[in-house]
Amino acid sequence: MEIPYTVTARPDTGLYNAKIGIWLFLASEVMLFGGLFSAYVFLRVGALPGYWPHGLLNVPVGTMNTLLLIGSSVTVVLAWASLKMRKFMQYKIWMGVTIICGLLFLIVKLTYEWPQKFHHFGAYIKTEDLAKYEPYLGNNYLAAKGLQPRVEITGDVTPESLDPSATAYEFEKVDAIYSDPTNPAMDRPTFFPRELVKLKTNLILPKADVEYASMFYPRHSAYFQVYFLITGLHGLHVLGGLIVFTYFWLPVGANLYKKNPEHLANRIEVVGLFWHFVDLVWIFVFPLFYLL
Amino acid sequence: MEHTTTEHSHAPGDDAAHHVNAHVKGYLYVGGFLIFCTALTVGLSFVDFGTREANIIVAMALATLKVGFVAAIFMHLKSEKWTIYRILLITVVFAIGLFALTGLAFSDPIRLNW
Repeated sequence: MEIPYTVTARPDTGLYNAKIGIWLFLASEVMLFGGLFSAYVFLRVGALPGYWPHGLLNVPVGTMNTLLLIGSSVTVVLAWASLKMRKFMQYKIWMGVTIICGLLFLIVKLTYEWPQKFHHFGAYIKTEDLAKYEPYLGNNYLAAKGLQPRVEITGDVTPESLDPSATAYEFEKVDAIYSDPTNPAMDRPTFFPRELVKLKTNLILPKADVEYASMFYPRHSAYFQVYFLITGLHGLHVLGGLIVFTYFWLPVGANLYKKNPEHLANRIEVVGLFWHFVDLVWIFVFPLFYLL
Repeated sequence: MEHTTTEHSHAPGDDAAHHVNAHVKGYLYVGGFLIFCTALTVGLSFVDFGTREANIIVAMALATLKVGFVAAIFMHLKSEKWTIYRILLITVVFAIGLFALTGLAFSDPIRLNW
């Protein structure tokens, strides 16, 4: 038995089945990501002064990933338009470009951005010991300017520091702001990430002065918990979209096109709607995590 | 009926193909506008608007504008069927409720007494 309205529209709704299905699915996705974004707002607004980091992510890389997703949103709609105009080879090209953009996005995320974080170390200093590290933190200077205090020192530590039996964290390099904390140029993040600075003598941070320390894993802070959760879930959505795109780019798509080109156009429209939603989510993720 | 993968074969009604073709330029313009807005978002994030809240409002306003264009043009919400608008209306109501709950959490008497 043939399922009705897979290609043609139902007379009452004016829509084919899959289109209603994808919009209902996207409605549930709005609630899923909405819950995560509301968690972000809750954690950020509730964070104590100095405990919500700024400028930890690589803005040029984030910008490039944003452009890749925007570019792929354009190419996927062009792929759909090509099918509507019955230009199959043009569809193959645009869909191929979409797949490449999506793959590049995932490769950058998984082989560069995330691993870079896993090699960065941060130690939150106990409130009562913050004054000891004033030359690195510059909190008196920040207070005079009405800016939030610095409560953490970040950088590269020696491998021995990571031994659970070690009594102190030894920083070989620190992020640039800790080498020149009262320089007004350090008050705000920059577009290009600042290089780590090698100190004249390593900074020894006794564990007795440290409230909490970790690599930039999710457990490091509420910021990285929501960052990895939202970008991880978003990355899974990108992967899902790429799998469906590739499926329809392979001979399956050509066979469906030979049988009924409008059927393939509808399928691409539906997966395209999903892809645009993935783009929409990133449009909010980018400024919230990378810029603000 | 079997179709071939040759270009221009079995085109839909000329009107339909022409209608889609007329939109292609629009998709490219919107793509260019989104790229411009991304550059603007990045550039303005490094401008000090006085308070961090002001910077957040500017960035979110630009993000909302971009999302509006993607939804209206790429997702064709500019001219969709009423069934989809109804689905989205219910979604918006629930999403607002979700964020309102987060807002209520900040007036939680237990939390305020910490």
